[in-house]
Amino acid sequence: MPSSTLPQAGDLNLQAILRVNWRELLIVRFFQLCAWISVVTSFAIILILTIESSAFFKTVPFWDYLTGTNWSPLIEPRSFGVLPLICGTAVVSLGACLIAVPIGLASAIYLAEYASPVTRRIIKPTVELLAGIPSVVYGYFAVTTVTPMLQRFFPSTDVFNAASAAIVLGIMVLPMITTLCDDAIRATPRSLHEGGFALAATKSEVTIGILVPSAMSAIMASFILGFSRAIGETMAVALAAGSTPTMGLNPLTSMQTMTGYIVQVAMGDVPHGTIEYQSIFAVAATLFVMTLILNIFSQYIVRRFTRSWE
Amino acid sequence: MTSSDPQKTAALTQTTELDSQFVDNLTRRRLQATLFHGIISLATAAVVTLLVLLLFKIWHDGQSYLNWDFLKNFPSRAASRAGIASALAGSMAIITMTAMISVALGIGAALYLEELAPKTRAGRFIEMNIANLCGVPSLVYGILGLAVFVRFFGFGRSILAAGFTLAIMILPIIIIASRESLRSVPNGIRMAALALGATRWQTTWHHLLPAAAPGILTGIILALSRALGEAAPLILVGGVTYIAFLPESAFDSFTTLPIQIFNWAGRPQEEFHGIAAAAIIVLMGLVLMTNALAILIRSRMERKHRW
Repeated sequence: MPSSTLPQAGDLNLQAILRVNWRELLIVRFFQLCAWISVVTSFAIILILTIESSAFFKTVPFWDYLTGTNWSPLIEPRSFGVLPLICGTAVVSLGACLIAVPIGLASAIYLAEYASPVTRRIIKPTVELLAGIPSVVYGYFAVTTVTPMLQRFFPSTDVFNAASAAIVLGIMVLPMITTLCDDAIRATPRSLHEGGFALAATKSEVTIGILVPSAMSAIMASFILGFSRAIGETMAVALAAGSTPTMGLNPLTSMQTMTGYIVQVAMGDVPHGTIEYQSIFAVAATLFVMTLILNIFSQYIVRRFTRSWE
Repeated sequence: MTSSDPQKTAALTQTTELDSQFVDNLTRRRLQATLFHGIISLATAAVVTLLVLLLFKIWHDGQSYLNWDFLKNFPSRAASRAGIASALAGSMAIITMTAMISVALGIGAALYLEELAPKTRAGRFIEMNIANLCGVPSLVYGILGLAVFVRFFGFGRSILAAGFTLAIMILPIIIIASRESLRSVPNGIRMAALALGATRWQTTWHHLLPAAAPGILTGIILALSRALGEAAPLILVGGVTYIAFLPESAFDSFTTLPIQIFNWAGRPQEEFHGIAAAAIIVLMGLVLMTNALAILIRSRMERKHRW
């Protein structure tokens, strides 16, 4: 629009206007470049994961990787079956959700419906603070507090075990679920409350029977996002879960997750071009695809099932 | 009960029966409501207790190891002589680098998407892209950094590569926070500036950006505090745990506080857990201080702009 406004009055300085527009065009182009960097990032991620993992899959058949039940990349005889890592990731992440989902939803309901404004003003920042604590700190907490506690109840617990990782991971995912569910419940229209109360429903009946169902799509989406976060979480799990790839389901034993494996290899100085080096790209690609699918799925749920309150 | 009509009597007894049923029901429903209230209060209390427990535990473990020597010494094989000098310096250098790279790019991208871009398919594509980048695990950014900055650009395992990796990681967070802040500026400001003959850029630079500054700044500081606590991508980019010198150039190798904590917490000896906790106290102090700074700036600047 500004470029089409030709100066008409005689006293307008045409040159000044042109200069402004020329400069403006340059600035806009620069900012456009900034915005495209994110697209470049995405493509770079996909490109790198594809190139390096395809080098890996030249040595290890793709099908063997995906269905193999033995992961021993560093010790001869080598074997690259990713299922034990996926199993470890699944046990830890599902365990985390087992903790985070009920507590997260319950505290969100409390914050949205029951808490007085003063209580809310105190608890909300507390929850956000929990989200701001770095991942290694949770790892430390798992190793020094949660594991000894577990060992007191179950003496057979390993020093590094999946259960302690799952518990701290649950605490880490909790703030996100609480915040998202809280937003979703507060976004339900006032008239739904009033309608429920007008029918003489108790407060818990209104909450469980009306508010939670009507915010269900966003609540489900938050659960999936939490699960996806748990899968990608690294430092706490690398510290607490141990480094034994197993196919077992016993959370009291040491397990290795996908992220744990990548960190283990990165900590040892692996030379470029070796099969170990390539294997972290293959595992990272697996991780990336899993989280991407979950994230897109949660976006789909929100888009597809969110009702509009007119 | 003077009525002799048996039908009426029957109806009456039925109502009292319904009444008593209702009362029974009501007692049960009220009990349910109280129970529900109790359960969710308990869950919320558990969340708060967890935070208190966590902070208390770390303070309890670490405070006796926290002294001036601890801040001044370099990592050592003996826990009693180990310190965090190089880790603290590395964290600071990387965070500065990250801020220098990501702030301008993030605000630029947000301005373009929110104010300057025509609402075309390309704009929506970029938006979708940013939303998806937010969900990518931090470890994957480390992989990207390893392949692109360490190898392809040849930065090596350096502070520069680490700074770029973290900058790319927090860029989506900064863009989203900045866009939200820009969106909250009332449309009247835009219209008024444009009506007075300002160009789109002049409107943005002189009016929208200052008005949105508190929100943008808060977003940036929160993103940086996240980068400060992040260890996974830096381990991939080549953070090592034993560095006995302070960084002098951007191409020096590095260690950071989270990496140092990771290393110490993973050891079996009790004293190393102690110094890990002490390092955590320093790290958490920094993170909390940046967060407090964000809150302070926001409240200060919000007082200047009020609609």
